[in-house]
Amino acid sequence: MSETAIRTRYIARRHTSARAGVSPGLRRQGAILLPGLRRLASPLLLLVIWQAGCSAGLIPARLLASPAQIAVTFWSLLQDGTLPVNLGVSLGRAGLGLAIAVVVGIGLGLVSGLSRIGEEVVDAPMQILRTLPALALVPLFILWFGIGETPKIALVALGAVFPIYLNLHKGIRGLDPKLLEMARTLNLTRAQTIRDVVLPGALPDLLVGFRFAVGISWLMLVVAEQVNAQSGIGHMMMDAQDFLRTDIIMVGLAIYGLLGLGSDQFVRFLERRLLAWRPVYGAERRA
Amino acid sequence: MSAVRVEGLTRRFGQAPAVLDRLDLTIAPGAFTALLGHSGSGKSTLLRLLAGLDDVSEGRIERPDAVSVVFQEARLLPWKRVWQNVALGQTDADARDRAHAVLEEVGLGHRIDAWPLTLSGGEAQRVALARALVREPKLLMLDEPFAALDALTRMRMQGLVEDLWARHGCAVLLVTHDVDEALTLADRAVVLERGRIGTDLRVDLPRPRRHASPEREDLRRRLLAALHVHEHAA
Ligand SMILES: Nc1ncnc2c1ncn2[C@@H]1O[C@H](COP(=O)(O)OP(=O)(O)OP(=O)(O)O)[C@@H](O)[C@H]1O
Ligand SMILES: [Mg+2]
Repeated sequence: MSETAIRTRYIARRHTSARAGVSPGLRRQGAILLPGLRRLASPLLLLVIWQAGCSAGLIPARLLASPAQIAVTFWSLLQDGTLPVNLGVSLGRAGLGLAIAVVVGIGLGLVSGLSRIGEEVVDAPMQILRTLPALALVPLFILWFGIGETPKIALVALGAVFPIYLNLHKGIRGLDPKLLEMARTLNLTRAQTIRDVVLPGALPDLLVGFRFAVGISWLMLVVAEQVNAQSGIGHMMMDAQDFLRTDIIMVGLAIYGLLGLGSDQFVRFLERRLLAWRPVYGAERRA
Repeated sequence: MSAVRVEGLTRRFGQAPAVLDRLDLTIAPGAFTALLGHSGSGKSTLLRLLAGLDDVSEGRIERPDAVSVVFQEARLLPWKRVWQNVALGQTDADARDRAHAVLEEVGLGHRIDAWPLTLSGGEAQRVALARALVREPKLLMLDEPFAALDALTRMRMQGLVEDLWARHGCAVLLVTHDVDEALTLADRAVVLERGRIGTDLRVDLPRPRRHASPEREDLRRRLLAALHVHEHAA
């Protein structure tokens, strides 16, 4: 986004809040609280209908467990250690795969973003590879890496590396050339330019890529753990399928959902922290 | 002794006629020079060569190592606070203090920790000025630095630049479209015509130069004529 675009929006925002006679601070608080509550109402209603349907016997437990049953199962899985252990395993796989993706993606993004030769060597293969659906590689990965931890972590890393690479590359290429020129007139060294101009300038895009990467890594994990695993949330769910335990499957789904939500909140937190220089940031609502 | 010596400088883009055509220009240390010329006459091209942003292929440029440029846009890094923008690339321990001191000079001592996107256009341009001055340049180049500002702010900025120039004693090369601005600030006004310095006038008026005078009117007429602007034409 260009400097002027951000400024204009900032001014517009200040202007409207001044006209409404509400201080920006108050407005922001209200904006977070009120829609939050309103948005909860409809899901809660659905939950009530679901529970009523189960209690009235309209929904057979074989197909869909009731919310109350799911809560009880959740509690017992928590108590007997099944859930913490499997969750730990899943988190470990996702975390490690994501970490590898971040390191590799940023490395490749820097190489292709900062040098013409680097771009020629790195970018074309990445653009070709990214069109492959990563999940189609599962059989190959099992052949290559066996059925241990490696194929699962590799699958997560592979899925997550592309959004990180592509967005960082786009961020670096999209840097304002005037800022780079300014860095030259100030006699900044190449290292200083990368540290103070290139990386911070590409950070908003990198964070967008990171958010995608986190989402994809859960997706990859689900598949990896359901195809061939002895542990993890996905395995727990596949096991439950054999015994028609829809309550356990639903617990697994809920956990995945919470993981997705939690990691999204984490990335948002990172964005607020790292992009504090954008005056619009705190007030901006992004889906 | 001279701050800048340009000899036979030629610059062309592709097959088009040369934008700068064997241009000669000498600027004395500490002198305030205004560079005028039509849009597209090559003023920015000359500045970029002087700033070292483009390579000299034909001709020679002698210039001090310490040069600073301020462009029409402030070109601040939005992710660095105001003082960090000013101190950018300065690695010495007292960089922050020096940045603060220069920001005081341009009247922004109270905004040193602000984010650039919260500044007004005039404030941002003053930060850019501070960033240029903190490097203690021997030559300060300004490429239409006030063009995007409103008339009132522009007058304040002109006064500020005059003060800073008097205090820092660096040579200043100011690109402007505004003949009055040139006559208010500069010791010398040169006009870029067909790739060379065509008109070269000494502006020997007592400072401060807020008032009209017959000498000023005369200089004004000669500059406008050099720019082929006839006062009654419009
Ligand atoms: N990188 C470039 N490639 C091709 N032509 C260029 C390039 N830079 C400048 N020119 C041409 O050189 C000429 C002089 O441009 P320059 O920007 O120096 O003009 P200027 O005097 O600064 O004009 P203005 O007052 O509008 O800023 C113009 O005709 C422009 O189109
Ligand atoms: Mg120009």
